[in-house]
Amino acid sequence: MTCITCPIGCSLSIEREDGGSLVVTGNRCPRGAAYAREELLSPKRTVTATVRARTVVKAAEGGGGAELPRRVPCRTLSAFPRERVGELLSLLYGIELELPVERGKILVKDALGTGIDVIVTRSIA
Amino acid sequence: MREFSFDAVVVGGGAAGMAAALALDSRGRTVALVDREAGLGGILLQCIHNGFGLIEFDEELSGPEFAERIEEGVRKSRIEAFCAATVIDLEAAGEEKTLVCVSSSLGILRLKCRVVVLAMGCRERNRGNIRIPGTRPAGVFTAGLAQRLVNIEGYLPGRDIVIIGSGDIGLIMARRMSWVGCEVHAVVEILPYPSGLTRNIVQCLHDFDIPLYLSHLTTRIYGRDRVEGVEVTPLENGALVPAKAFEIPCDTVLLSVGLVPENELSKKAGIDINPATNGPAVDSTMMTNLGGVFACGNVLHVHDLVDFVVEESRRAGGYAADWLDGQRPKAEARVKIGANVRYVSPGRVDLARENKIYLRSLVVKNDATLEVRLDKALVRSIRKNHVQPSEMISLELKPGELGAGSSRAEPVVEISIR
Ligand SMILES: Cc1cc2nc3c(=O)[nH]c(=O)nc-3n(C[C@H](O)[C@H](O)[C@H](O)COP(=O)(O)OP(=O)(O)OC[C@H]3O[C@@H](n4cnc5c(N)ncnc54)[C@H](O)[C@@H]3O)c2cc1C
Ligand code: SF4
Repeated sequence: MTCITCPIGCSLSIEREDGGSLVVTGNRCPRGAAYAREELLSPKRTVTATVRARTVVKAAEGGGGAELPRRVPCRTLSAFPRERVGELLSLLYGIELELPVERGKILVKDALGTGIDVIVTRSIA
Repeated sequence: MREFSFDAVVVGGGAAGMAAALALDSRGRTVALVDREAGLGGILLQCIHNGFGLIEFDEELSGPEFAERIEEGVRKSRIEAFCAATVIDLEAAGEEKTLVCVSSSLGILRLKCRVVVLAMGCRERNRGNIRIPGTRPAGVFTAGLAQRLVNIEGYLPGRDIVIIGSGDIGLIMARRMSWVGCEVHAVVEILPYPSGLTRNIVQCLHDFDIPLYLSHLTTRIYGRDRVEGVEVTPLENGALVPAKAFEIPCDTVLLSVGLVPENELSKKAGIDINPATNGPAVDSTMMTNLGGVFACGNVLHVHDLVDFVVEESRRAGGYAADWLDGQRPKAEARVKIGANVRYVSPGRVDLARENKIYLRSLVVKNDATLEVRLDKALVRSIRKNHVQPSEMISLELKPGELGAGSSRAEPVVEISIR
């Protein structure tokens, strides 16, 4: 596998020793070994998405007064278990948020029981 | 028509413009910041993915968070922001400059000043720039336009997607389209290696089992009213192999084939463009050939990290303030592009002070050495674990390292990669 912790992108190989422990080779630094273990046992990703804003905002100047749907960006505060990303996205896409909203507001606390919060990443008045 | 006077006017309110304006403001200068959009922030507002700010804030933020943190500084300053105002002309008469702007609420504005900082960012190459044959159906978007539609306006450009070009914006959009429920059928890249970062190949393609066709050319886009598919032809030893061409059905094509600095305004004003960067040719203070007109951020050269944009722009704002204070560069040397280097920005360094320069490699290489020569003598060599064209390299050169200067009338600093 390729280490994605930093841009060098070392090619890592992982072997299981007789004792059952994992041996990582090909990494240029210790972060690569930690990455390989986590990627193999429980891969995680930061998830970014947008949720619907309930308040429909009048388009700014030049929009001819048309009403535009607005999306509010959000992200997980830390990396989230990869196999549950689909579930998390369904949860987020079901949310309708009242405007105005402040950056940093917790949108979902302890998402799906993972202990990881989802926050709003842009203030929209 | 209204007229206003400032010490400095900054054109473009993205990360670069805000950082330059803040630097000028902190030196006690009056500053106007003009942007054609309804608010400040620039391209960052549509980059809702994470990966911004590791250097500037020591935290991994999304684009909108990064923009807002800087904008908070602007709001606390005395900078006057003019939004929804497009600069259409830059007139220079000696030291005095006038920027002509069109604003839907204020009409035509004339902003008078002595210093201008250009920070207009860049735009995407489109289908015309890369000449893909075929019909002209609806459904062909640049990746950045699609990003704006999906992330800000909440529209889906289509359902079944093919992405042409493996730059980071295309890769990030492959993940985004997958996460919003679309099917991304392929990423097609003409080069034998991806132009985006490896971490984006892993997170944005492998995670979704999206095939990446390297050394493949999109030879046709077909469809009557709407895109119905693309024809892809492999390249072997540099030649197309039509016998092995295949079709990929899709309703939408996203182009991620590079960015070009937005310099229509600069060219119209008579500013010289550096063909290696497509941005203005600048001296060691990032000043163009028009005295008092500076450039920074993506309009100067395309950056991949906003942290570098902010660092560079803050310095450009500082140099602009120096210029207003009457300071001029003392001992400039021309920078020569050496082996394996695509470009160096700025194209001059000042031998009498510390310089920070950015460069791009022409090659992908592990265990490379960056060499700096002054009038042919090696003055510095720096080990790099890894270099690649998609990653900008930053380099600091201190006055001591450049010796007591040069005995030549026109000193040359050469930078090469080995
Ligand atoms: C899709 C994408 C993904 C990226 N991903 C990352 C990442 O993961 N990490 C990272 O660090 N960086 C990333 N970057 C790079 C980084 O975000 C940009 O390099 C940086 O934000 C550019 O800032 P800028 O101010 O130079 O340009 P911009 O943000 O483009 O700002 C230019 C501004 O000028 C205004 N303007 C232009 N012409 C005029 C005119 N004539 N009159 C008035 N206003 C004008 C525009 O409206 C715009 O607001 C990404 C960039 C893109 C496009
Ligand atoms: S192993 Fe270390 S050096 Fe190699 S890619 Fe991973 S973090 Fe970077």
